[in-house]
Amino acid sequence: MGALVEVRGLRFRYEDGTTALNGVDFQLGAGEAVALLGPNGSGKTTFVLHLNGLLTGEGTVRVCGLPVNPQTIPQLRRKVGIVFQDSDSQLFMPTVLEDVAFGLLNLGMDQPTALSRARAALETVGMDRTASRAPYHLSAGEKKRVAIAGIVAMEPEILVLDEPTANLDPPGQRSLTELISHLPQAKIVVTHDIAFAQALCHRAVFFQNGVITAEGTVTEVVSRLDWDLTAERSKFRP
Amino acid sequence: MHHDVLERWSQGNSPLHRRDPRAKVAALLVFLPALATAHRALAFTAGGMLMLLAGAFIWARLPLARALARSALVLPFAIVFALITWAAGDAGRAISLVVKSYLSALAVLLVVSTTPLPVLLRGLELTGTPQFVLLVAQFLYRYLFVIGGEAQQMSRAAAARGASARKLMARSTPFRAAAGALAVLFARSYARAEHIHRAMLARGFQGHFQTLKNLRFRRSDAAFALLASLIPLAVRIAMEKAIPWAR
Repeated sequence: MGALVEVRGLRFRYEDGTTALNGVDFQLGAGEAVALLGPNGSGKTTFVLHLNGLLTGEGTVRVCGLPVNPQTIPQLRRKVGIVFQDSDSQLFMPTVLEDVAFGLLNLGMDQPTALSRARAALETVGMDRTASRAPYHLSAGEKKRVAIAGIVAMEPEILVLDEPTANLDPPGQRSLTELISHLPQAKIVVTHDIAFAQALCHRAVFFQNGVITAEGTVTEVVSRLDWDLTAERSKFRP
Repeated sequence: MHHDVLERWSQGNSPLHRRDPRAKVAALLVFLPALATAHRALAFTAGGMLMLLAGAFIWARLPLARALARSALVLPFAIVFALITWAAGDAGRAISLVVKSYLSALAVLLVVSTTPLPVLLRGLELTGTPQFVLLVAQFLYRYLFVIGGEAQQMSRAAAARGASARKLMARSTPFRAAAGALAVLFARSYARAEHIHRAMLARGFQGHFQTLKNLRFRRSDAAFALLASLIPLAVRIAMEKAIPWAR
């Protein structure tokens, strides 16, 4: 089977002139989980926004065999589910259940099916008891789980997670790792959390100044580039 | 926050909550002109309308005192115009303006606190309200609270660094800092709104809000719309006829 995601020579510049991507080549295979590592502003998030047409740059992007263009965007948004870094930006409906069903209704699903799929997704992430609550009353960890449920409900083939462990306490991070590792989709994880990447991802790529500068297992990439919290800390040890 | 309360109220399960939004909007569209055009026996008509609305809040199992207090949010604006009218020599019209504004706000509050916003917008859509108007309403509602949230965060951050309104006003150029804060608030809210919109697009949003509830306009909704429209009219006519000396 061919690659789920195939990107060749992707370049993108924001309206203010900032070059965010400067020729990115990337592949994702079926069932694979890849960590995108690299400094802030290196282009990781900009890159993943190209996978379902939220941004469009120069170069070739093919997802599940489809080129990214205005005609394929509705299909691509079904195939690529993005869980954004800030859950508050993703959750905006009055109740958790309505929020999880939002994407399903946009796909044209009838209400009873959307309702049952939304309930099933909430059960998958262990949040079924919060269905009737307002999203903004949940804790950060709970919000993240609901945001994931909203994406999982749409049954995408590729799951993109942008900084999923940000703002979570250690038990929250552990349970999220456990949850995500059991989801069957191929995954692209943008993260600074090396332990999380090691637990979840088969492979890592390292972004720097809008290009991928290293690739390998998470451990290889991290040690090659000294991209580890403990490596930095050891310099400052009294 | 204000919208938390309204959303919580709108999730209730009273007979009024269960009515189709189109029936409630139809009744509102009769109530508002009936109130706005009342002149004779205004005190009695307004009293009657207030009793009606209070009864509806109790029927909807919503806290009446809090609803009355929330509707008072419209008063500062109404009072400004009322003072101008008063100054122009028309005291009666000034009082009428304040009373009618307050009761109108209370009536609108009754509708929005017994109807979840997506359902209300879906109802309006089915009555032929232009999609563009509905989109603006939905985004305005969402982003007003985004701005509110951002403002609250900025205010806390400023307070944590010792800022206060009193200290600000004591400065020689108090409005410069406020203007700077407003500019930052706008920029932050804009960025946040962009993130929300992007997250909506990522989940297939194509400019059309769907709801989980399938709206069906039943006979009971038609009966409600008819009664809820006729009663305020009846109250107004009865007051004007029964109290001929009140002008």
